[in-house]
Amino acid sequence: MKLPIYMDNHATTRMDPRVFEVMKPYFLEIYGNAASRNHSFGWEAEEAVEKSRKQIADLIGATPKEIVFTSGATESNNLAIKGIAEMYAERGNHIITQATEHKAVLDTCKRLEKEGVRVTYLPVKTDGLIDLDQLRDAITDKTILITIMYANNEIGVVQPMAEIGKIAKEKGVLVHSDGVQAIGKIPVNVNKDGIDVLSLTAHKLYGPKGVGALYVRRRNPRVQITAQMDGGGHERGMRSGTLNVPGIAGLGAACEIANREMAEESKRLRFLRDKLKDRLMNDLDEVYINGSWEHRLPHNLNISFAYVEGESLLMGINDIAVSSGSACTSATLEPSYVLKALGAGDDLAHSSIRFGIGRFNTEEEVDYVGNKVAEVVKKLRELSPLYEMAKEGVDLSKVSWTAH
Amino acid sequence: MAYSDKVLDHYNNPRNVGSMDKSSPDVGTGMVGAPECGDVMKLQVKVNPETGVIEDAKFKTFGCGSAIASSSLATEWLKGKTVDQALEIKNTDIVNELALPPVKIHCSVLAEDAIKAAIGDYKRKKVGAPKAEAVAVQ
Repeated sequence: MKLPIYMDNHATTRMDPRVFEVMKPYFLEIYGNAASRNHSFGWEAEEAVEKSRKQIADLIGATPKEIVFTSGATESNNLAIKGIAEMYAERGNHIITQATEHKAVLDTCKRLEKEGVRVTYLPVKTDGLIDLDQLRDAITDKTILITIMYANNEIGVVQPMAEIGKIAKEKGVLVHSDGVQAIGKIPVNVNKDGIDVLSLTAHKLYGPKGVGALYVRRRNPRVQITAQMDGGGHERGMRSGTLNVPGIAGLGAACEIANREMAEESKRLRFLRDKLKDRLMNDLDEVYINGSWEHRLPHNLNISFAYVEGESLLMGINDIAVSSGSACTSATLEPSYVLKALGAGDDLAHSSIRFGIGRFNTEEEVDYVGNKVAEVVKKLRELSPLYEMAKEGVDLSKVSWTAH
Repeated sequence: MAYSDKVLDHYNNPRNVGSMDKSSPDVGTGMVGAPECGDVMKLQVKVNPETGVIEDAKFKTFGCGSAIASSSLATEWLKGKTVDQALEIKNTDIVNELALPPVKIHCSVLAEDAIKAAIGDYKRKKVGAPKAEAVAVQ
């Protein structure tokens, strides 16, 4: 076993060597511009792009013409939300989203608010799921778009997209979903799930960084999006810019592998994830899972070790790459807004660790991680005045702290 | 974020971890911070009532590595000082010793506050005054 161990697969994934092999010729040999229509360099590049479109479409139940290539999910989310707000401005100016979205969605919505768009940020329940009745109630005759992520990047909670899609359809509202964490990990089907616009990125599914796509529905209904960048009118006018052919070939290959191996892989990852969870929960007291256990990605474990601060835990497990919701690990010195939205209390947000198990993690690694984390949590609890007080029976919520 | 060697040393080998009897008249206890802020420090001093010299110091900290290191260092510095000398320890001394980056300065401030709270508690006990609110002892 090699150290350090990478278990932060919600942040990014190692590229699959099979994907790398597919990409290689497009750097030095097949380097044409996919938009060049009058020579073989261009045709070969275009062929690679069209193959990728098909591979992506197959993974999400779409047709190739509905795939628009972008630089990644942040761009896809911006393009979808801003593009729809602009295109459908005459129909309405109201967008519904939720509190636990990725910043690429939240900050896009905030910018639109400055431009006069009204945005409803639905709260989530303690399990991280939105309340469908609240969603229904939030829809007005001015609502043009519901944007809800498929699965959350921190807590892995999977939203009931099919039901959201149904509600939206009844009311004639478009649905966009940030599918970054879900696509290639669990079955996603734009028709069954009633999704009109879907963002994805290659680097979360063992593909290269810097390339993504936006699915844009072409029928029932035909969705139109105003381009956010001016230029050569590539991608049916929705996204100008010379296509990143090697990246696109890699994204397609990554989707094809995911499509083929997802069923097997998700079983294996779920087994490893559950083993890690059981290892920690059987050995340690006051350990809490953040978000719904049932509606969760198979490879996500977001867990809080009460009375232990997240960054100090990360310091003790410095041969393991994971993330924490602790303020001390963020640039803003604010604990995770996703965990705060669950209403768990800031103290548990400070104590949270996110494990993202991936294709290249082994059972041996999971065992090592479980042992190491348990050992460091015990050590830090020996150091923790809060653990000592809790053991003495003090109700920490009743202590008058000197907040700073 | 990269940690200084001194922070790592205190984190890996924290000095003077533990608790003393907070009801003892010779022991001053300071507890500062709040769980929702991600930092709570408990710092205790045991003072020789004859000489006013701190004979022992203990800490327990919930917080990041820099918070643990700041309080661990504080206990080292407190031992052997008189209570009045102890009050002269400044957070900037801790920042310099541990080479804390700007985002971690609040850890050193908290350690200074913990020292002041512990000495304050001891002094109040000595004159028999009631405990102040700010010392978050239940």
